[in-house]
Amino acid sequence: MSSGMDANALMTRIAEIIIFELKLEDITPETFSCDLDLVDELGVDSMDLATVVLVLQDEFGVMIDEDDYPQLGSIRKIAEYIQHKLENT
Amino acid sequence: MKTVSSLLDAAWHERYRKISTLNIRSSIYDVTNRCNLRCKGCFFYSSNEHLVAEEMDPAKWKAFVRREKERGVNLAILIGGEPTLELDRVEIFYRTMPTYCATNGQIKVPRDRFPDMMVGISLWGNEEDEKKLRGKNTFAVSLNNYEGDPNAYYLYTITPNQVGRIEPVIRKIADGGLKVHMQLLTNDEEVEGFSWTDDKLAAIRVEMDAMLESYPQAVISCKYYHEVLTTGKMLGRSFGWSECPSVTESMDHRHPQPKRLIRFIRWASDLKTTHRCCTSATRDCSKCKDGAAHMSWVMVNKRGHLDSTRDLQNWIEVYEIFAKLYRFIPW
Repeated sequence: MSSGMDANALMTRIAEIIIFELKLEDITPETFSCDLDLVDELGVDSMDLATVVLVLQDEFGVMIDEDDYPQLGSIRKIAEYIQHKLENT
Repeated sequence: MKTVSSLLDAAWHERYRKISTLNIRSSIYDVTNRCNLRCKGCFFYSSNEHLVAEEMDPAKWKAFVRREKERGVNLAILIGGEPTLELDRVEIFYRTMPTYCATNGQIKVPRDRFPDMMVGISLWGNEEDEKKLRGKNTFAVSLNNYEGDPNAYYLYTITPNQVGRIEPVIRKIADGGLKVHMQLLTNDEEVEGFSWTDDKLAAIRVEMDAMLESYPQAVISCKYYHEVLTTGKMLGRSFGWSECPSVTESMDHRHPQPKRLIRFIRWASDLKTTHRCCTSATRDCSKCKDGAAHMSWVMVNKRGHLDSTRDLQNWIEVYEIFAKLYRFIPW
């Protein structure tokens, strides 16, 4: 992934990954609110997050520690986390 | 898209909020390989788990429990053998992390050493069944030891022989000022007359529901749990090896991997050996009636319960039961 990826494009891609990996129905990347709380509102659990994280690590070339999972509470937060990681590598 | 907020009103959402942040990470520990009872149908003996050696060095227990905490475990579930035979080991856990102690109740946990440790007292039926399966009437002794204890409850393992006869047992527990949670016997040793049939399972479900309504202060349960436990079905799926969440993580090679308890391990008392799951490695999982395994099955499938308001409320109620039984939220 290019570190210069547009923030909106990054969030759209993260939404696509979450929808595909968690087999979410009735939602598209366009209708997926970037600030929706993945855990409290969408019911995502640690195992779901681990599944998504594996793909994010591969796609964006970053390491995501399990201790950091609480920082991945929404699409926007995931995007910010990834951007921060990319800028500091 | 269905979200939690779109499915719950304010009161239910508040209940959801209280449990959604708990993030329970349990593991199970055989504190000893000895017991002061030899119950027919006890998986510990039927699968020869009692033959594993026992670590005797307190320093090794302390180091082990510290490592477990560092591994992220925040609920130690102590079983055995009989944990109260080794209270010093129980205390090491209790001083380190939230701890639940299962016991047959024949030895009283001293409350000056363990003031608020949750104690789950096993009970296999009325006096007649207790004598037949456990060799003595343990109920009278355990009730005398724990009457009125706010941090103790009975884990009533209902046998098929108890169908139509559980009310006097529940009443006795309620009269003793104690709580009770129900599960069903898994007849690991094929004791004659103690195997479930579909008719008996249907009948006991009705009876368990009735106890919930008759003794709401004493019975810690919900109808959805009764449904899942007695039918072995949840969201159209059947409980069994391919679905069970309570499998030791390092021994879990299932494909596809089902939703499971993160970091869950069941340790033997040598502190090296791990057991396959929360009960017996020789058990036919499709016949397992373990209550905690069925509650965990519901709990790890949260997103599966986001299809309707009733589904999510069911999930919340089961999670609340588990959280109460292990003292994460008050009764």
